[in-house]
This record gives sequence, structure tokens and C-alpha cells, in this order.
Amino acid sequence: MKNWWIWMIAVLLPLQVLAFSGEEVMKKSQAAFLYPGKDFKARVVMKLINRDGQERVREMTMLRKNMGEAGGDQKYFMYFFRPADVKDMTFMIYKYPAKDDDRWMFIPAINMVKRIAAQDKRSSFVGSDFTYEDVSGRDIEDDSHVVEREEKVGNRDCYVVKSTPKGVDSDFGYKFTWVDKANFLPINEAQYDKKGVHYKQFSADEIADVKGIPTVIRRTMKNLQTGHRTEVAYLKSDYDLGIEESLFSERFLRQPPRKWID
Amino acid sequence: MLRTVTFFTVLLLVPPAALAEVTLSGFIQQNTAFNTVAANPDGRHYKWLEERAQIKLDATEGDWRLLAKGDLAYDHLGRQGASEFREGYIDYTGGNWDLRLGRQVITWGLGDLVFVNDFFPKDHQALFAGRPLEYLKRGVDALKLGAYPELASFELVLAPNFRESQIPDANRFWLYDPMPTVVNRETVIPGQGDLGLRAYRDIAGYDAALYLYRGFQRTPSMRPDNMTAPTRITYFYPKLAIYGASLSGRVGDGVLSLEASYYDSPDDRAGNDFTVPNSQTRLLAGYQIQPVEDVSLGFQYYAETMHNYGAYLATLPVGFPVDKRWSHTVTTRLTQFFQHQTLRLSVYASYNASNGDHFVNPELRYSFTDKVWGAIGANLFGGKPWGQFGQLARNDNVYLQVRYEF
Repeated sequence: MKNWWIWMIAVLLPLQVLAFSGEEVMKKSQAAFLYPGKDFKARVVMKLINRDGQERVREMTMLRKNMGEAGGDQKYFMYFFRPADVKDMTFMIYKYPAKDDDRWMFIPAINMVKRIAAQDKRSSFVGSDFTYEDVSGRDIEDDSHVVEREEKVGNRDCYVVKSTPKGVDSDFGYKFTWVDKANFLPINEAQYDKKGVHYKQFSADEIADVKGIPTVIRRTMKNLQTGHRTEVAYLKSDYDLGIEESLFSERFLRQPPRKWID
Repeated sequence: MLRTVTFFTVLLLVPPAALAEVTLSGFIQQNTAFNTVAANPDGRHYKWLEERAQIKLDATEGDWRLLAKGDLAYDHLGRQGASEFREGYIDYTGGNWDLRLGRQVITWGLGDLVFVNDFFPKDHQALFAGRPLEYLKRGVDALKLGAYPELASFELVLAPNFRESQIPDANRFWLYDPMPTVVNRETVIPGQGDLGLRAYRDIAGYDAALYLYRGFQRTPSMRPDNMTAPTRITYFYPKLAIYGASLSGRVGDGVLSLEASYYDSPDDRAGNDFTVPNSQTRLLAGYQIQPVEDVSLGFQYYAETMHNYGAYLATLPVGFPVDKRWSHTVTTRLTQFFQHQTLRLSVYASYNASNGDHFVNPELRYSFTDKVWGAIGANLFGGKPWGQFGQLARNDNVYLQVRYEF
């Protein structure tokens, strides 16, 4: 039994393979949450609800196309239906994982296409409690990720991942993400500020099977400090529709094709 | 009459039975602008006072689309109702080409209230009288053809009839007039149309575009029948050709915009006819950043230079204001959102270092609900009495806009 240690390793090996690192969990979660399918379309209804229960509604069609593998470049196209004063407005994002996005906006009132500055991915998306990053993803490399523990959320077995920004300029201290072990969707996310105060809470409220892909079709982001929350419903979610790359252009920003934005 | 005919022609061109998807929307609004310095030349105290309703019809079937947008307004200053055909066109979208036929608003170029390659008609009066931004642009009756091959995207605009920009009305606005005693005045509109072309594409992550225009100046020039004892003034629109380019993209943390154009004045190539604008070069550099969440800052530097300055100086009649060879203007815009982007503060300021001309437009806009918004703002002008903004110094106003959209 000279080689007893080989047997030891052989016994331990399956465990080593099965356990994911924090970064692997978050990569798989990003792929499951923000990258499934070659492309994606949904009618997004956002309700901005204040502490007193007053509602504002933002409604848009969101189209997304992956330009490569999960974690790679993506293009987004949005067409706004509501509120009335932004109806027909369109918005386009070229998202790159390692650098700032390119963003364009079409202002129908004066028929003008404008490029807009976009260095702050942590800023609010259309006034909601979601940031641009919450909608289209945060770079995995921006944080260090550790699997803190595993626990159940309802009847779902989850990894609990703690993510801490590597840079000092971040506006939050750390966050915990509850990632479903079965489908890798984020079920809950708790964001803490730099003083360690829990100030934002995300929850995936309903998950549906769309073309065999588990999809979060209702979600909420709540600001615990202001009591303001945003509830989002993804209606008519669909994948692999064959959205052409040419859609993501100034031509269609000015004249969004009806077949894609209904 | 012409409007009505155009409107119904547009309607008839699309078989009504085929209209699968039709949406109707619109708004009603109240718009008031109070004078804060002086009453209007006609003695009224408001720059603008009207109620307005707009109906917009948008219908789509397959590759066809019809859009019609018409206004009804009651103008208290003119004491009359008026209808306005804002836009009305049909679109056909082909594979890598499309067309739009009818009255349409077109905006090219990158400037923020500075126009280098946007040679389409505007309503300057609307801007200075505190009307909502969309009224800054006037539609053109044109055929627009788009072609989108791999190489680049092309847009060609052919307008059979020239449409001028709306300049401030002399009954409402105090304006510089070098010959105030001449009351006999007429305006001659060009009998021809005009043509614009834009080619654009991505170059290494930057949006690059080339522009070409053949037509006329959108704002009129004035020519007296006699320099020493004028009895009649003719307003006319000199010929104009524009060759321009623009580039925009991310630089550092913001977006850089560059624009340049050559304004060729065929009616005065030598530069010795003072009634016709000299040929010009126009240059614009703009930079926009988002320093913190919900705040946007924009800066622009804009320059104009005359090509035949010597000839201009030599032939300008005595007593006429003298423009400098170079005109340098800087502008800045701050936009900040509050309360989940339902409250917006915006301040635009423009200063011309060559003649002291300035214009400031602060505005606060609030969405009371998803359907009702209101804005309060001011237009403040100053500078030399003949400058673009200086001549408007007595026209400072505070405005209110309230709109219900459906």
C-alpha cells in the first residue's frame, strides 16, 4: 500500500469536481440569467411603487442578442410604449464585458439619434430601483466571489455567494446572491452598502419554462432605505427568434420594425 | 386646402382594409409665455398664449406604415383658431432599402441647439417663445430614400418645394432692423426644391457621417431696392450648398462629437454682396459626460468663419453692424433628474465670445402622473443689439407648459 495517497485522492476527487468556486457559480448564474438562447425578446412592464403605494408604469419591448458565448458581447434594443411622453422612444446598447457600453437614444420629438455617455453602469435604469447592471449584468471580474454556505430558499437548494467589489470606487460594500443549484438562476440578492447596511433586496418572484429555458418572468427590486420598490413582469418572453444583427442599427433605431416591437 | 388634400391622399394611398394595426394617440396642452422685460411690439404682454390639441394616427401593415399627426390650436394673441399639419407620411421598408414619402421631420448632425449639418427647417420662434422642444423642428414635404448596403448607410432627401425656417414674428418679438422706416416689404420664396444626402457608417467604434446639401438658406436675407433712399425691402433665400462631415464616439468617460461643414454661397462667391451671406466654414466640438448618477453635462465649442472677409468689409455699407471674421461660441447644458426621473432640471447656456451674445434657458419639468407633465422655464437673451441673441434682449420671457397625453 505504498500508493495509499493515490487512493485517497481518488476518493476525494468527485467531491472536488462537484463543488464550484464562487466565481464558477456566478458565471453559471450569469449565463442562466442574462445569456440564455441566441436571442431573447420580452414585453417588459415595470411598476415603480413608492412608500405610499403610488405607481408609475414604464413599459417597453426589450430585445437582446448574444454576439458570442455566455459572458461575451451583447446587443440590446428597447422600444418604449409608456409613459406617454416617451412613447416611440428607442434605446440601444452595445454591451461589452470588459469596457464601458456604447449607448444610443432616439428622441422622437425631434427625430434625432444621440449617442449618450454611459460610464456609470450603477445608475438607475429609467428611474427604477434597477440599475443598468441589474438589467444587463455586472462584470464577473469586477468582484471576488466566495460560496459562503448552501441553504434552502423555499424548496430550492441554493448556493449563497458573497461578492465583494475588487475596486475601491464601487458604491456598494458587498452582496449576497442565492443561486438555485438546479438552474443557476439568482433567487434572491441582498446588497449591502459600505457600512454593512442591507439597503437593496432583489427577488425572483416567478420562474417559468420558456422553450425549455427556466426564465425569471417576475422580479422585484426593493430599496430598503426609501421604501421604494420596482416590480417587473416579463410578458411574452421568448428565445431564439432569429433577431438579425442589422436590427441593432441607427436605421431601425429611427424606424423600429413593428414585427419586433409588438 | 393643400394640407387637406395631402392628408387625404396619404390616407387613400394605403388601402384602409389592409390596416391591421392602428393606434391613435395625442395630447392637449396649455402653453403660456409671459414677457418679463417689455411688452411685445404690438403691445401684448405674452410671447405665447395658446391651447393646443394633437391627434396622431399610426397604422402598420406588413412592410407599410402610415403616420399622420395634426394639431388644432387656439392662439389668444392672434385671437384665432388654427390647424397645422405637423407630419404625414407613408413608409415602405424593404430588405436593405426603404422610403418615406410625405411631410416629415428630419434631424441630422450632432449639435445641441447648434446646427452645422442639420440643414432642415426649424421654428426659431417656437424655441424663443417657450414652446415644447418638438416645435423646434418643422416638417419637410419630401421623398426620403434609404439604402443600407454593407459598405455604408445612405439617406437621400428630395423636396420638390423649398420650406423655410420660421423666424420670430415682428409683432411678437423686438428684432434688429437696420431700416425701420421702410414699411413696404415682400418675401420671395424659391420656386425650386432642395436635396440632401447623408452617408454614414461605423468606423472603429465611431459613428462617422458625410453630408451634402443643395438648396437655399433657410432664413431670409434682406435686400433694399436702393441703398441711399430705400422704399422697398425684399426678403429672399440665397442659394446654398453644404459639404459636411461628423464623427462621434466614446472618448475617456464621455462622448465626443465633432462636426465640420463648408457653407458655399453660390450667389456671392466673391463675398462682395453684403445682402447675401458670405461662404463659411462651421466647426463644432462637443463633449458629454455623466459625472454622477442622473446628471449629464454637455459642453460645446462652435466656430464660424467667413471666407471672403476682405470683400465683405470692403462692400458693407456704412452704418451696418460689422461681424468679425471668426465667431466663437461656447455652450453648456446641465441635466439632472430627481425623484426616480420624474423631475428634471435642465439649464442650457450659450455665450458668443466674439460679440457677447448670450442665451440662457433654464427649465424644470415634472411628470405629475404618467400622463400629465408640466414645465416651467425661462428664455433670457443678451448681447449686442444686432446679434443673434442680443437683438432679442427685450424679449426675455418665463414660460409654462402643461400637457395631458393619451
